[in-house]
Order: sequence, then C-alpha cells, then structure tokens
Amino acid sequence: MSWKLWSLKKSPWVFHVNTGACNNCDIEVVNCLTPKFDVERFGIKLVGTPRHADALLVTGVVTRQAAPRLIRAYQQTPKPCVVFAIGACACNLGIFRKGYHVVGPVDKILREVDPNAIIAYVPGCPPKPEAMISGVIKALGAI
Amino acid sequence: MNDLLNNLFWILIFPGFVFTVTCGLLAGWVVRKVTALVHHRIGPPLLQQGYDVMKLLGKETLIPEAAQKVVFIAAPLAGMSGALVLATLLWRNNFATNIPYLGDVIVALYLMAIPSLALILGSSASASPHAAIGASREIKLVISYELALVLALIIVIIKAVGNSKVTGSPLYLSSLAAVTPVFSISGMLAFLVAILCVQAKLGYVPFDAAEAETEIAGGILIEYSGALLAIWQLMQTILLIAFPLFLVTVFMGGFDAGTVSALLLSIGKYVLVLVLLILIKNTNPRMRIDQVMKFFWYYCGPVLGFAIVLAMLGNAYGLGWL
Repeated sequence: MSWKLWSLKKSPWVFHVNTGACNNCDIEVVNCLTPKFDVERFGIKLVGTPRHADALLVTGVVTRQAAPRLIRAYQQTPKPCVVFAIGACACNLGIFRKGYHVVGPVDKILREVDPNAIIAYVPGCPPKPEAMISGVIKALGAI
Repeated sequence: MNDLLNNLFWILIFPGFVFTVTCGLLAGWVVRKVTALVHHRIGPPLLQQGYDVMKLLGKETLIPEAAQKVVFIAAPLAGMSGALVLATLLWRNNFATNIPYLGDVIVALYLMAIPSLALILGSSASASPHAAIGASREIKLVISYELALVLALIIVIIKAVGNSKVTGSPLYLSSLAAVTPVFSISGMLAFLVAILCVQAKLGYVPFDAAEAETEIAGGILIEYSGALLAIWQLMQTILLIAFPLFLVTVFMGGFDAGTVSALLLSIGKYVLVLVLLILIKNTNPRMRIDQVMKFFWYYCGPVLGFAIVLAMLGNAYGLGWL
C-alpha cells in the first residue's frame, strides 16, 4: 500500500453535503462527533469546505436544485476521495421515490460525471452512528 | 562557506525546520488532546497531526481558475519561511546567548507579522468571496492586536532598562531573556494581554473570526487543498512553537537548556503557556470582529497604558515588583 493511501486512512476529513434530507440523517451525522462516539479517535474531522475534505457525507435524495451543487462539491474535492451515501434516501430514494422534485440517488448523479467515483452506502432511516462509523472504516479498508 | 553551512544547518535541521516541526506536531496533538479531554472525549492518537500533514501532501492540489496563481502558490511558502526564521531566531537566542547580535525584539515583531500577511495575500489571491471576507477580517484582527502587543513589549523593555542584570542593549532578545517581568504587576498585566494577542495570532477561539469554519467555511484557507494546505498546516505547527516560545523568552526569563533541571523548568514554562492558550480557546465563544477591535483598543490599551506608568514608576523608585 502506498503512503498516500495509508495516511488517507489515518486521517479522513469529512464534509457534510445535504442534498435534500429531512434533517434526520444530519442529526445522526453530528451525533458521531459527540463525546459518546467521538470519531476524532480515528482521525475523522468535520471540515467546512469540500476542498479540505477526503470524504463527502451525502444525506438525502438528490433534488433537482441540489444535483448541480452536489456535482460541483464533488468536483471541488481533491482526489482520491470517497463519497458516502448516508441513509435510505441517498442510497435508493427511500419514501421519496415518486417525488416530483427527485432526480435520482446519489450514485446515479455522481456516476454521470465520474464513472469511477468511489461510493459507499450506509442504509438506514436514519442509520445509527455505529453504522456510519463501521461504514467509514469498511470503505477505507476497501480502497 | 562554513558560516553559510552553519546557518543552513540551524534553519533546516536544528533548531529550525526538523526540530521545530517535530515539537510542533506534538504540541498540536496536545492541543487536540486537551480539547478532547475538556469535552470528555478520548481524542486523536499521538501521531494524528503527522498523519494529517502526510495525507495532505499526498492529495491532489486544486487551484481555482480565477485565482492569481503566482501569489496563491507563493503565499504559503512565504508564510512558512517567515515562521521558520522566527522560530530559528528565538531558539538561537535562547541556546547561544554568547553570540553578540542575533536580531532584536523589533526583528521578531516584524517576523511575527509575516504569517498573517501571507494569509491575507493568499486568501485575497484565491478569488473566493468567503476568502475575501476572511482576509478583511484578518486585516482588522492584525490592526487590533498589534497595538496591544507593541504596548506589552514596551513594558518588557522598560523592565529590562531598569534591570541591572542586562548588559547588552535592552532591545536584544538575549537581554530580554535575562529578566522575568512576569513577577511584577505591570509585567503580569502585559503578559496577560500578550497571551491574548498570541491567541489572536494563532487564530484560536475567541479570535478565530477570520477562519470561522461554521460561518464562512474556513475563510482564509477555504480555497486551499492538498500540498498547499499542508504547507499552511506546517506554518501553524511552527507558529505553535514559536509564539509561546516568544512569550517564554520575553516574559518568563527565557528557555534555558543548560542543565537538565533548567531544561525541565523551561519545558514547564512552555507547556504552561500552551495550556493557558488551550483553556482560553475552549472556554470562550467566537467574538465578532468589531468586538475584537473594541476589546484590544478600548480595554487592553488603557490597561497597558496604566501598566506602562507603573513600570516607569517602578524604575524611577527602584521598586522591582511594580
């Protein structure tokens, strides 16, 4: 394994993108930073801009308004980066499947611009913080 | 030739880049660990700061299309060079007091301004509105704290003038390192204000309006990524050593590494300053930029003016504790 990947696994900085979530997953994402779960133990840090990020935590179905913004946020993230589809909606649209404003799940939108995007799925409505941490660890182990 | 090699060795290996960065990464870990303990968390592992820099060096470096590319790339390098020379200057003044002239406190004051100026230049060059807001806030921050810092240093210089132990010019860092103004009323006041100035220089809460991750998304550093961000991180790392070391040199009698007990005492002084900085960082909310300016000019300014009068009275009547 190269030193780049090794150090990436040791300090994944995450940026949180809300593409139309009901705020439930967002609360659980923030929950990961609390003393109970403390993801800083693994070097995971929440940053304020995609340019500093190594992983995008995308929550919610991708709405028509959010799709171009999601694509821009993804393009602004320095590669290599991992995209996490957090929650049932981000993974495969969930209960909003037939909504008039829905463009598609996260992976479909991102694969249109970058077919090789690394996307990990953390299903649940909302997924537990334990599930998110385990998802991040597994995805980083897989690259 | 020999001199040149010596100077290069000082700046690049010891006590410059390699040594300071190693210590700074450890100090950065202390900052995060103590912060975590204040939050009742566990905190990152010991080498976390090193992993962060290493990872950033390996990542793709994006440069915005609209950016002024030369300035955008040169600013982090200039800032880090300034920080590096400052750290080397301070270490050398503390380790080799027998060398006659190694720069005085004015040189140190100028070098301490370089990182902030580089941040302002770099963020203005990045063509991002958030960075522009960050840059304007950083400029106001510099204007706010420089006055207080210079006033605090004037007190230290007055104290050095009144001290019989000082042989060289009272402006030399090595002569300032010989006195401990913190054991007097005016010196204590100056130290308290100077520590807040250092807080602002390091960009820590409550003076982090220029970075403000939750408000302007990283502000001055918003467009930086990859290796350039790593250089900014290294600059912050060096400054985390240099600024507390400056306070130790100027206010607390210098960093003496002559004997083992003196070395332990000096490390204790450094850690004391660092922990004070961390505790202020963790127990305060972010101040708006106008509040910062008011704080430094209207509150710290008069307090320091009073302290200057005290220090001069102390000199005139030979009262060291004033």
